[in-house]
Amino acid sequence: MPRSLFDKIWSQHDVLSRPDAGTLLYIDRHLIHEGSRRGFDILRDKGLSVRRPDLTFATADHYVPTRAHATQGVPDADKRGIVEALEGNTKAAGVQLFGIGHRQQGIVHVIGPELGLTLPGTTVVCGDSHTATHGALGALAFGIGASEVAHVLATQTLWQHKPKAMRITISGRLRPGTSAKDIILAIIARIGMSGASGYVVEYAGPVVDRLSIEQRLTLCNMSIEAGAKFGLIAPDDTTIAYLAGRPFAPTGDDWDRYVARWRKLASDPDAVFDRDLAIDISDLRPMITWGTSPEDAIQVDGCVPDPDHVDAKARDRARAALDYMGLSAGMRVTDIAFDRVFIGSCTNGRISDLREAARVIDGRKAILPALVVPGSTEVKTQAEAEGLDRIFTSAGFEWRSSGCSMCVGMNGDLATSGERCASTSNRNFVGRQGVGVRTHLMSPAMAAAIAVFGKPVDVSQIVDGDR
Amino acid sequence: MQRFESFCGSAAPLPRDNIDTDQIVPARFLARRRADGLEAALFHDQRFDKTGTLVESFALNRPEHRGAQILLAGNNFGCGSSREHAVYALLDYGFRAVVAPSFGAIFFQNSLLNGLLPIVLPQRDVNVLLVAAAGGTANSFYISLERQTITTGATSFTFDIDPFRKECMLLGLDDIDFTLRQLDAIIAYEGGSGDPSLS
Ligand code: SF4
Repeated sequence: MPRSLFDKIWSQHDVLSRPDAGTLLYIDRHLIHEGSRRGFDILRDKGLSVRRPDLTFATADHYVPTRAHATQGVPDADKRGIVEALEGNTKAAGVQLFGIGHRQQGIVHVIGPELGLTLPGTTVVCGDSHTATHGALGALAFGIGASEVAHVLATQTLWQHKPKAMRITISGRLRPGTSAKDIILAIIARIGMSGASGYVVEYAGPVVDRLSIEQRLTLCNMSIEAGAKFGLIAPDDTTIAYLAGRPFAPTGDDWDRYVARWRKLASDPDAVFDRDLAIDISDLRPMITWGTSPEDAIQVDGCVPDPDHVDAKARDRARAALDYMGLSAGMRVTDIAFDRVFIGSCTNGRISDLREAARVIDGRKAILPALVVPGSTEVKTQAEAEGLDRIFTSAGFEWRSSGCSMCVGMNGDLATSGERCASTSNRNFVGRQGVGVRTHLMSPAMAAAIAVFGKPVDVSQIVDGDR
Repeated sequence: MQRFESFCGSAAPLPRDNIDTDQIVPARFLARRRADGLEAALFHDQRFDKTGTLVESFALNRPEHRGAQILLAGNNFGCGSSREHAVYALLDYGFRAVVAPSFGAIFFQNSLLNGLLPIVLPQRDVNVLLVAAAGGTANSFYISLERQTITTGATSFTFDIDPFRKECMLLGLDDIDFTLRQLDAIIAYEGGSGDPSLS
């Protein structure tokens, strides 16, 4: 029987299946961050220890100060406590920590691929909903809660029911100035915030084949914003080239054996999906959100929707969203005036994202306060080697150290109530970047353009070249 | 996990779609430990205004819905972040069940693992319950997990639940102990998986 990429990984990790409980899946990589404190507490209460510290890898990202990049730099005692708990718990358990100050520290979904911890055909979990990011390398990766973190720490397995499978085939050509962020925002706008609930999504098609790994990571990252715990892309030559030489990738004879195995993972040509969706992105313009859900995304040349013209069920939510966002129905997107810009996060904090943003601002000046937070310390080092930091700082951007920062503001990097923030992150939920803050999601190129022009512009007109 | 027992209680309506876990518990409360209690964090920025005063119009604050143990919610309740604090806050506030047409996947799992019963019912059934809950009706709802029913007046709806999770909730068992009894199978898997990093 023809099998999909997902079927293959799932069945390879089936420790045992029961009709009542589902499948006990083996977990190859458990990535943890500060949020694991509760998992360790549960383990301790039960008198258990970490079963496979060698398959568990930790980093500090959510509470990391982006200015004083040190544990002592965490200003709030409670928050410092949670970072210290990570340091203490990982040390006691013998888990490798890429903590604050480590040259490989970074946002968990940036460093997993970067270090070669994420490999095709493996299962990867993390106590974070954006874990599907790692699916870009052909790993079955998904977010879990604290109780499940404890379960994985104790057993290296998880009980899961097999989700249904959806394939999204993306065809056409990306226009200049558009990127994977615009594609995923367009997909979520089309299928909605729960459009992929209960599914694993495999992204496929000619556009995906041509995307770099970093762009694929952006695409898979926001799968959860459409309700899917899992996003997947079949490993190919691009994947193999990306992984070669990464610190935790296999080497020598092992490498060849692994590559041979990875090449067999792609979905069989006649694999069947429960749902098949096709989108053509030839006409896609840069996308931006207007509301308080990632599905509220429109093209930059469009207008803010009128709640009177959306279907009755969505009307109240649209009205509340417009009210919170301080926008009026029908206004042009290009007339929205911004207060602040954030470039970073696990969605768009990689080196290629920073290069895109730098390309837009090169030689221009920011007229808004703008923050650039590299997704990892290695991204920061690389950007500095390329001189990107100087492009940003001479344009008036703040150049910070790596962490989640304003994506969720847990480290204190927040905007103030009423401010309108252009953000390359993944969630524009009410209060996400601070109480009363209005977040608009977009690509790094668009966020950079807003920093210099104050308003959205069609970035395709200021960057040239096709991809 | 506490055993889940049948109970009579009242229900509070919050029928908006896509209520995300950032709304259920804002991120600034996530440094709190489980034992510190998260009752105050629940829907904090909707229950309280900027000065910390109770917002009278918010459903949970209305006198007729105080003390509700069942939350009647909209589609995709608990979408977004994986923060289990969202479940702790609902439990600490006094909720024991959430009824919605659909849930965020991670929230749904977190609920089951902590003894907060997530009940999936079609929108039309939720609408019937919403009508019954309007205006506040003390203890007029009855939930039986054994029978998988939610009842109000003469109306009763049956819901589905994974039999394994049902058993765990009824007995107050957590699945770590259960899984550790399958350790032999896990070790056998590790030995035979062909991945040198696992053996
Ligand atoms: S960058 Fe944002 S979405 Fe990504 S892990 Fe950090 S807080 Fe979560």
